[in-house]
Amino acid sequence: MKNNWPIWEVFIRSKNGLSHKHVGSLHAADAEMAIENARDVYTRRSEGISIWVVESKNITASSPADAAALFEPAADKIYRHPTFYILPDEVKHM
Amino acid sequence: MQSSLSPNHALFEFALFMGDNGLICGHRLSEWTGHGPALEQDIAITNISLDLIGQATSWLNLAGEVEGKGRSADDLAYFRSDRQYRNFLLTEQPNGDWAMTIVRQFLFDCFHFEMLQALLNSQDERVVAIAAKSIKEVVYHLRYNSEWMIRLGDGTVESHRRMQRALKEQWRFLGELYEDQELDQVLAESGISVLPSSLKQAAFSRMRGVLKEATLKEPAAVTDFKGSGRKGIHSEHLGHLLAVMQSVQRAYPGQEW
Repeated sequence: MKNNWPIWEVFIRSKNGLSHKHVGSLHAADAEMAIENARDVYTRRSEGISIWVVESKNITASSPADAAALFEPAADKIYRHPTFYILPDEVKHM
Repeated sequence: MQSSLSPNHALFEFALFMGDNGLICGHRLSEWTGHGPALEQDIAITNISLDLIGQATSWLNLAGEVEGKGRSADDLAYFRSDRQYRNFLLTEQPNGDWAMTIVRQFLFDCFHFEMLQALLNSQDERVVAIAAKSIKEVVYHLRYNSEWMIRLGDGTVESHRRMQRALKEQWRFLGELYEDQELDQVLAESGISVLPSSLKQAAFSRMRGVLKEATLKEPAAVTDFKGSGRKGIHSEHLGHLLAVMQSVQRAYPGQEW
């Protein structure tokens, strides 16, 4: 039976104001069990205050074969980084 | 009701009772470590085990403090014999299969939750403090075990059959949980605790709700079964459990690492 449990991806938010981050995956029979398993496996040491789970099969991933087309064109568009602005002294921590 | 028990001695006995339930349940669940039906459940059941052993430490420390003879939680855990243990018969029953363990823990959780809820209003602030810390953990235990009750009860033909068998097996031990003893009268009168019988209705209504959802049949009440773990009259299983749990301290008293 355990071999038939689907895999779930687990996302944990470590504190308010931050976003959920992928922390790993686990097996569970359904969403409810996935939340509880995530709580037991991934928040034992106070890692989080909120859990998302999503069945792995529902995630669509980009194909490594498309990496060149998807990501490389961004490499020479340095003007997209806000590094050319002169910041006024009053603005700190940008 | 006149009683020869002083409130202080009653509190000592009560703290042992609460501590022993947690310790014995916790030890039983620790036996699943490395043997859980799936890695995730192995970790989950071990977490619950650690919760219960942690709670037992608090209760047994309180018992030692109330007794005033300098005994620590470890002394009480490792150097008492089965006749001096106050846990319910239910808690010492062997793990059996997953169904047997889940049913045992669920029946205990229903009692445990109601008792801790009542203890939040205790006149003794040490009792309130332990209850307040424990109840958050026990809410989760109850949720976890309720879900397994429903999942397996309302699962396959085989899982249903095993759950019904486990329920019949463990139901025999339920009487003791809600039976008032002389000790409880003293505790209730001094506002330390409440009569276990006062918890019965809420606990049973919760149990019946889960049984219904799990499509499990409530077994007939067993009334001619009157062993009493609380009085130290245990089943044959506790001695074996203690032999394992206490072996290191019995062989090397005071040993630490």
